Amino acid sequence: MQTWSLVSLCVLLGVVVRWGVSLNSYSGAGRPPMFGDYEAQRHWQEVTYNLPVQEWYLNTTDNNLNYWGLDYPPLTAYHSLICAYIAKIINPEWVELHKSRGYESPAHKLFMRATVLVADLLIYIPAVVLYCLYLTDGSAKKKVSTLFCFLLYPGLILIDYGHFQYNGVSLGFALWGVLALGLGWDSLGSMAFCLALNYKQMELYHALPFFCYLLGKCVKLGLMGRGFFLLVRIASTVLVTFALCWLPFLSDPSRALQVVRRIFPVARGLFEDKVANTWCSLNILIKIRSILSSDSQIYLSTACTLLAVLPSSVRLLTKPTFWQFKLALANSSLAFFLFSYQVHEKSILLAALPVCLLLNDLPLVAIYFLQVSTFSMVPLLLKDGLLVPYVVTSLAFLFFGVFLLSALEHCSEEELRLGAYHKLLFCLPKLDMACIVRWKFYISVAVMAGLSFASVALVPPPHLPDLFPVLVSTTAFLHFFGTFLYFNVVQFSGPPSRKSQKKKN
Amino acid sequence: IRFMSVKTFEIHKVHSTDFEVHRNWLAITHSLPVSRWYHENTSEWTLDYPPLFAWFEFGLSHVAQHFDRNMLLVENLNYDSPATVLFQRLSVIFTDLVFIFAVRECCRCVQEQKGSRDILNRPSFVLAVLLLWNFGLLIVDHIHFQYNGFLFGFLLLSVAKHLQSRHLQGALLFALLLNLKHIYLYVAPAYGIYLLRSYCFTQDNKDGSISWRSFSPLRLIALGSIVGSVCALSFGPFIAMGQLPQVLSRLFPFKRGLCHAYWAPNIWALYNILDKVLVTLGVRLKLLQEAELPRASMTGGLVQEFQHSVLPSITPSITLVCTLLSILPAAASIWWRPGGARGFLRCLLLCALGSFMFGWHVHEKAILIAILPLSILAVESREDAGIFLVLTTTGHYSLFPLIFTPAELPIKAVLMLMFVIYSFTALRKLGPVSLLHPLESVYLLGLVVVATACEIVFPLSPWQQKLPFLPLLVTSVYCSVGVTYSFLRLYVSLLRRDEKPKQL
Repeated sequence: MQTWSLVSLCVLLGVVVRWGVSLNSYSGAGRPPMFGDYEAQRHWQEVTYNLPVQEWYLNTTDNNLNYWGLDYPPLTAYHSLICAYIAKIINPEWVELHKSRGYESPAHKLFMRATVLVADLLIYIPAVVLYCLYLTDGSAKKKVSTLFCFLLYPGLILIDYGHFQYNGVSLGFALWGVLALGLGWDSLGSMAFCLALNYKQMELYHALPFFCYLLGKCVKLGLMGRGFFLLVRIASTVLVTFALCWLPFLSDPSRALQVVRRIFPVARGLFEDKVANTWCSLNILIKIRSILSSDSQIYLSTACTLLAVLPSSVRLLTKPTFWQFKLALANSSLAFFLFSYQVHEKSILLAALPVCLLLNDLPLVAIYFLQVSTFSMVPLLLKDGLLVPYVVTSLAFLFFGVFLLSALEHCSEEELRLGAYHKLLFCLPKLDMACIVRWKFYISVAVMAGLSFASVALVPPPHLPDLFPVLVSTTAFLHFFGTFLYFNVVQFSGPPSRKSQKKKN
Repeated sequence: IRFMSVKTFEIHKVHSTDFEVHRNWLAITHSLPVSRWYHENTSEWTLDYPPLFAWFEFGLSHVAQHFDRNMLLVENLNYDSPATVLFQRLSVIFTDLVFIFAVRECCRCVQEQKGSRDILNRPSFVLAVLLLWNFGLLIVDHIHFQYNGFLFGFLLLSVAKHLQSRHLQGALLFALLLNLKHIYLYVAPAYGIYLLRSYCFTQDNKDGSISWRSFSPLRLIALGSIVGSVCALSFGPFIAMGQLPQVLSRLFPFKRGLCHAYWAPNIWALYNILDKVLVTLGVRLKLLQEAELPRASMTGGLVQEFQHSVLPSITPSITLVCTLLSILPAAASIWWRPGGARGFLRCLLLCALGSFMFGWHVHEKAILIAILPLSILAVESREDAGIFLVLTTTGHYSLFPLIFTPAELPIKAVLMLMFVIYSFTALRKLGPVSLLHPLESVYLLGLVVVATACEIVFPLSPWQQKLPFLPLLVTSVYCSVGVTYSFLRLYVSLLRRDEKPKQL
């Protein structure tokens, strides 16, 4: 069948799945006084529409920062403003200052869901389609299968359309950045990434690889020649983009500082809730939060993060190829997720995006990781009442991923690039690594299914009320850490043997 | 055949009246003794399917009590706890397994062409997707809520058995089906005549005409006993209790009016429109007195009996006569010149369409009875594929009014688009030449215009208050044209086949 029809079918199916999930409940539904992320977004529309730009990030009588104050960079605010204009046309009650707090109605829900879908259709989905069609190799069928699985990734769908956020926009811009860099359009790529960064500050997780890749490329072209011009061009693009986004706030430096303070709240603590990263898991054994002072916590996490990110960034700097870039993206975001300060469970989406990019090259590991990432958010999803969509989308993703990408078949040792492991574990007898990986996959899936079921059906014992979230996050953490090591090993081993890949396709 | 038989369904929280209907039936069959099943009328949704379906609901209700006991109390009208919804949705998905099995059987009967092909292009795969992802079935079963997948599974299975020449099994399945939902009476004549002609008369003369001497009473008795025993099984208890008239009156409610609340796109829709137009013209030209006319309530979304103003009123008997007349040529053709199992399939289609066109109180869901078997023919012949495309697109579009909340609009639009894209591209691959006459393409594109007007433009325009049923009217009239056209073309193709010597 012609590619265009298959592609359009995939996209349409992706849209159907997204809209289907969106018919479910959202975060904080019907739960005064604070409600949830849905109310936060609605509140931002209210604030940006009614107040002048200068007051958006200030604590004034009209703008109480304790009630869901703006804590994302300006581009989010502009997006909310656009949505607010449309909301005003349809029903002014939705964005009335003060009076519309906690407003909930089916029509409003429809409107908000529609804004997410529109943003996705404009930014995220085209980036995915273009990436799969132009930057992956293989037959047309393989590309379409990759596209299908990419679009079906449950984590993003559940968070954006269920829990309610606009991650599609920031991830979409980042993807456009990756796309542009892959096609060789460096300045456009950096502009796209700056837009992503200005939409959500968490994109900083991806910033280091972008920086190292571009710098490495400039160095390779010769710092005294074309490389220098490239560097200047990129730097100026970045500065101009930032300036344009922060224009209203640049007139008064204290205002800009206030925005920065809102975006990077350092007073919050090492972690919140149960996150699948090192500190939270370590906390089970050693109560870190009580042992160290908050300042030393910041220093410790910064140091560990930098240490974790260092190998991969240096490698990328010395070898700025697209393959290294993708791996570095995955490594860096995972490192930040595992070791950084005040990490949210939803931040795993930032690590999931680079891994989605690897769906074509390392199908089994990618599907494995993506499934675990969705699983790690189970406590959050259960709180929002999204059990059924979670189950359905996860099963669908697993099934289609394994079936379409033949993940379980393409896992010989060479394809999983496990050769390096043999060198590391030279003391152990010759093991069949591929078989081990496959079995790990099966066992993990079983464990995840079991834990998900237990979280829903069983009641935890009274002296351990957080038993299931803790179990979920610890299991997820172990998987993430293992994947982090794996990706580092892969990044350091040789480049993929493209010729043998082409023969197989 | 490796085919993706996984249908991932998003379980929505939306209901429709049919949901409550089934819940009520679960309650009735569970809580009340058998003798009261057809007399119960606490709710307005009385049991109006044949007994075998009632037994099916009874079986389901035993599983239901593990989910939520409260749904089984007859007094709990409009009860819809999440567990109830979950159970109902799961039951539909579960019974769809029957449908999936039937589709697999059908795919095996499809004639494959020689030459190795990519799996996506093989006719059997195309057929599987067309049937499994049939937009109409998805919408009606999973969103609007009915058990059609399960019932169509029976129909397709019996068709498949006939295609495989296992006639007795096919007959048994059809008897079961008829006792599950009596709407399949529409196609009973096709079965009757086909089985009589091709099965009981074991041989044909050389020129294909009937050979009276080869009549086999044994086979006739076998058929009769199968059908009889199934009916006895389902109706038996009620005949024993002397409730047959009550059951029949519940099964065939003729008080419901010529057209269903959402007009099915058949001849009577066109007839009604013509009547309305003549009335308006008559009033404008002062030929009629406005006071004499009955109140124009035909366009209401309710189920009532109406009188036509200008043209003669239609009674149930008239519709019966018309239906029989429309079916007669098809039946006659397989009597005189049986085209084997495929001829039977064609006749079945024509019976279904004929009853759809001329029947009394036809539901637009009945178009699915015609669309699904046509899929089988469509993957085999180009001409049928063309007819299929027209019929499916219009038939499916006529189902749109069933789902009317704005939240579901994107889903139905996108699903429809997906099915249309797939059917067009897949069927085009099976045959080198373009399938559609330009006029047909224009008609189908016109559907898009109608769709936008009805779904998007109309609710925002000032006419919403004055003529709230205008979109329904426009939809059904536009689709009737398409359906009538397909009907006529199918007939023409059947009769033309008779003139040529048997060539399959």
